Amino acid sequence: MLQLQHVGFSVPLPGGGEKVILQDIDLTVNERFVAVTGPNGSGKSTLAKLIAGIERPTAGRIFLDGEDITDLSVTERARRGISFAFQQPVRFKGLTVRDLISLAAGKKLSVAEACAYLSEVGLCAKEYVEREVNASLSGGELKRIEIAEILARGTSLSIFDEPEAGIDLWSFNNLIRVFRNMYEKTRGSIIIISHQERILDIADKVVMIEGGRLTAAGAKADVLPRLLCTTAGCRYTEEQENA
Amino acid sequence: MPELDAIQKNLLMQVAGIHEVPAGAYSLRVNGQMIGKQSSEHIEIVKKTDKPGIDIYIKAGTKNESVHIPVLLAETGLKELVYNDFHVGEGSDVTIVAGCGIHNGGSADSEHSGIHTFYVGENARVKYIEKHYGEGDGNGKRTMNPTTKVFLEKGAHMEMETAQIKGVDSTVRTTEGQLGDGASLVIHEKIMTHGAQRAETHFTVDLDGVDSSAHVVSRSVAKEHSSQLFVSRVNGNNRCTGRTECDAIIMDGAAVGSAPEVLANHPEASLTHEAAIGRIAGEQLVKLMTLGLSEKEAEEQIIGGFLK
Repeated sequence: MLQLQHVGFSVPLPGGGEKVILQDIDLTVNERFVAVTGPNGSGKSTLAKLIAGIERPTAGRIFLDGEDITDLSVTERARRGISFAFQQPVRFKGLTVRDLISLAAGKKLSVAEACAYLSEVGLCAKEYVEREVNASLSGGELKRIEIAEILARGTSLSIFDEPEAGIDLWSFNNLIRVFRNMYEKTRGSIIIISHQERILDIADKVVMIEGGRLTAAGAKADVLPRLLCTTAGCRYTEEQENA
Repeated sequence: MPELDAIQKNLLMQVAGIHEVPAGAYSLRVNGQMIGKQSSEHIEIVKKTDKPGIDIYIKAGTKNESVHIPVLLAETGLKELVYNDFHVGEGSDVTIVAGCGIHNGGSADSEHSGIHTFYVGENARVKYIEKHYGEGDGNGKRTMNPTTKVFLEKGAHMEMETAQIKGVDSTVRTTEGQLGDGASLVIHEKIMTHGAQRAETHFTVDLDGVDSSAHVVSRSVAKEHSSQLFVSRVNGNNRCTGRTECDAIIMDGAAVGSAPEVLANHPEASLTHEAAIGRIAGEQLVKLMTLGLSEKEAEEQIIGGFLK
């Protein structure tokens, strides 16, 4: 179970003062599939990075299965079972797709084993397994390779930062299938930062971040109407909320 | 194969990847003396009589054979200059494994300079693998200055893989190529320097033939206070394609210079160059750390992959 208690994150401004990115986030994740959504620039990706340890909170504490992990490094959190898939996948000269999936799995994988993970994300494995993870791969291909790495890690908490970004429609349909499979085959929790209604639709819980604050969290049936209303430009009035 | 001591065996393993007598033709030079050689049915190795070194004659049409010519220096203060000439017959397809290992446990400087000249006949294919390696806890420097001259006749192809990963204090590597019609040359160089080591590489390729091509690629890592200089010049003297690129990772207090240059002397010469020098990107380290690697392990993986 993941718990965030009064988590905040600010960055100093060049002329003095600070810019608040996130403030007073209280969130408990014990569901299997949680979607975090909200407008661009609301702090969703920062929230994901705080959980993975890529950024450190300037306020509050983060707990994983009861352990305070706030001060743990990225490596230490990864070793405790947190995975993170980047919104903009990283390229490497020289490292192959198999190298990365092997590193994710924590052991040298055979071609067949690496191919099995790639097939899960809809890549024709033989074409990819020995390719370098460099500029010759498209953004969409890299995203799917990232997801394959997460599958290979098999961790208890997997975080995906906008996995749909840069992925075509066919691949997106496949992506939904991948997440459904993960949901069915794994025992851990999945947190997905997403704008896509179809992803929100398969979540057990939807969390909404607006202006750096957590404004809604709950079952999708409760949060989705509010989200759709917000994105349609109308105001979710107090009367409607109380109705 | 003569008896080698443990140090020599390790050097042999490092530079040629072998523990014992290789299959096929070989020449083994240890501490300034050729202590073993073997010709094969298609490959003849002849010791030069006018200067140190050997001539390697590969008969036309020789296929899928290899030649090993490692050089080992384990005596401190030894300096030598060796000339090895390769005469590769038409239509051959061979692999040549060279390399030099120096163990310097003393206070005097050790140095090996080799001048390798390749005369590659029409439509022949050569894969040339060269590794340089140094070790030993003495104060004496370990220096290697290889010069490689390549003459490719019509339709010939040569692929060079050169690597210097550890233990060489100073090196000036010079490579020159002259290519005939339809000939192609591919060079992959890998260098890593530590401490106060210095590595220079100088490539000059003349694309003289119609439809000749060259691709020179250097990847290097400079650590601590070491320094490197990469100079490459591809001259397009006919209808041809050429590319030269240098990619370097710089760390600690190291210094790296890069000067890729292309010169078109013909309107149908198509030439490109690229140079990139930079630190390991922080996002690469973080990415591997999210897979559970420590920062040091991540750095090792990135460098290992880069130089693979």
